[in-house]
Amino acid sequence: MPNLKDLKNRIASVKSTRKITKAMQMVAAAKLRRAQDAAEAARPYAERMASVMGGLAASVGSSEGAPRLLAGTGSDKVQLVVVMTSERGLCGGFNSTIVRLARMRINTMLANGKTVKIITVGKKGREQLRRDYANLMIQHVDLTEVKRVGYANAADIAATVLSRFAADEFDVATIFYNRFQSVISQVPTAQQIIPAVFETEGDAGGDATLYDYEPSEEAILEDLLPRGIATQVFTALLENAASEQGARMSAMDNATRNAGEMIDKLTIKYNRSRQAVITNELIEIISGAEAL
Amino acid sequence: MADLMQFDLVSPERRLASLKANSVQIPGADGDLTAMPDHAPMITTLRPGVLRVNGPDGTSAYFVTGGFADVSGPTATILAERAMPVAEVTSEIMDELIKDAEAKRSGAADNAVDTAAKFLADLIAARDEIKIGTTAS
Repeated sequence: MPNLKDLKNRIASVKSTRKITKAMQMVAAAKLRRAQDAAEAARPYAERMASVMGGLAASVGSSEGAPRLLAGTGSDKVQLVVVMTSERGLCGGFNSTIVRLARMRINTMLANGKTVKIITVGKKGREQLRRDYANLMIQHVDLTEVKRVGYANAADIAATVLSRFAADEFDVATIFYNRFQSVISQVPTAQQIIPAVFETEGDAGGDATLYDYEPSEEAILEDLLPRGIATQVFTALLENAASEQGARMSAMDNATRNAGEMIDKLTIKYNRSRQAVITNELIEIISGAEAL
Repeated sequence: MADLMQFDLVSPERRLASLKANSVQIPGADGDLTAMPDHAPMITTLRPGVLRVNGPDGTSAYFVTGGFADVSGPTATILAERAMPVAEVTSEIMDELIKDAEAKRSGAADNAVDTAAKFLADLIAARDEIKIGTTAS
């Protein structure tokens, strides 16, 4: 039976923990808002980009001279895996879900005899993956210093991926991130970026406008594909940022609630033991008086 | 009013402008062009330069570093890598861009030197144009 002093200290410490988690929850809520706004603001660009690229890819894609970024190298021997996670912890299962999905895919690839190379973005994913795949990791992108992810960060990541592709270091690139669905649900997603894939959402019949291309279709596609990849990376980064804050918010909400329950329990225990001490003292006094 | 078109300027990070315009002057990769309502559908890449929008409420100018334009009938959408109103362009931003471009050109592989050099030349031209524009107005 812990004594009264210990219990009191426990209660005080849990109370201050609750204060911290509560504050973190509120900070995460504010940041989530900002992250969602940023994701919202980036949507028109990404959508436009995807539709134009989809159209271009459909008309050029099948021809002989299609860019390598679109057509691929014709093999899928070497797989590049870009795992995007957060820089900070205390965000529930956010990082673990991404890493779990990535690990599953990596294991399948390895089992199929593919060569896997890993680039990690964000410290938490690196820490988790390093245990199993330390020898496969070729690069780490550090975003610790970045307060707010901008297009420049995405462009940098895309540039390193592209230069590795140009140097024939891999055949297929896939990015892993968490797609934001709501505060309580984020969906770990794997998205192939090289060779580029576009969702053709019923475009075939509807949008049959014939465009003039200046310069040529191929030249535009050549110029757009790297941008398209950067845009996809950027979208993923933004989704990730929103998901991270959402996950942190609900994790901290749970923590706050648990702390509250714990405080209640400890308080009851504290009061009981205090009562027991008083009763004990009374018994001692009474029995002492009776003995006289 | 039949002589207006929907003009949108979006960068990866946000939508910069969305308004009705009479005509849009676009710095295309193969030369400047002006899009007016009912322009034939076309897609062109951009070079660094100044984008001018003539609307019922006057003219606005934006500095863009690259991207592409999607013009089709009643709409003109510019997807710019980096864009800002000309009034907000400072010589520091310009100098930084030019410095980056210079570094890129000197570091470029043989087959990319031309592109990098052209990018740099376009940037310098755009800087001169903006300087002239700001002093004149």
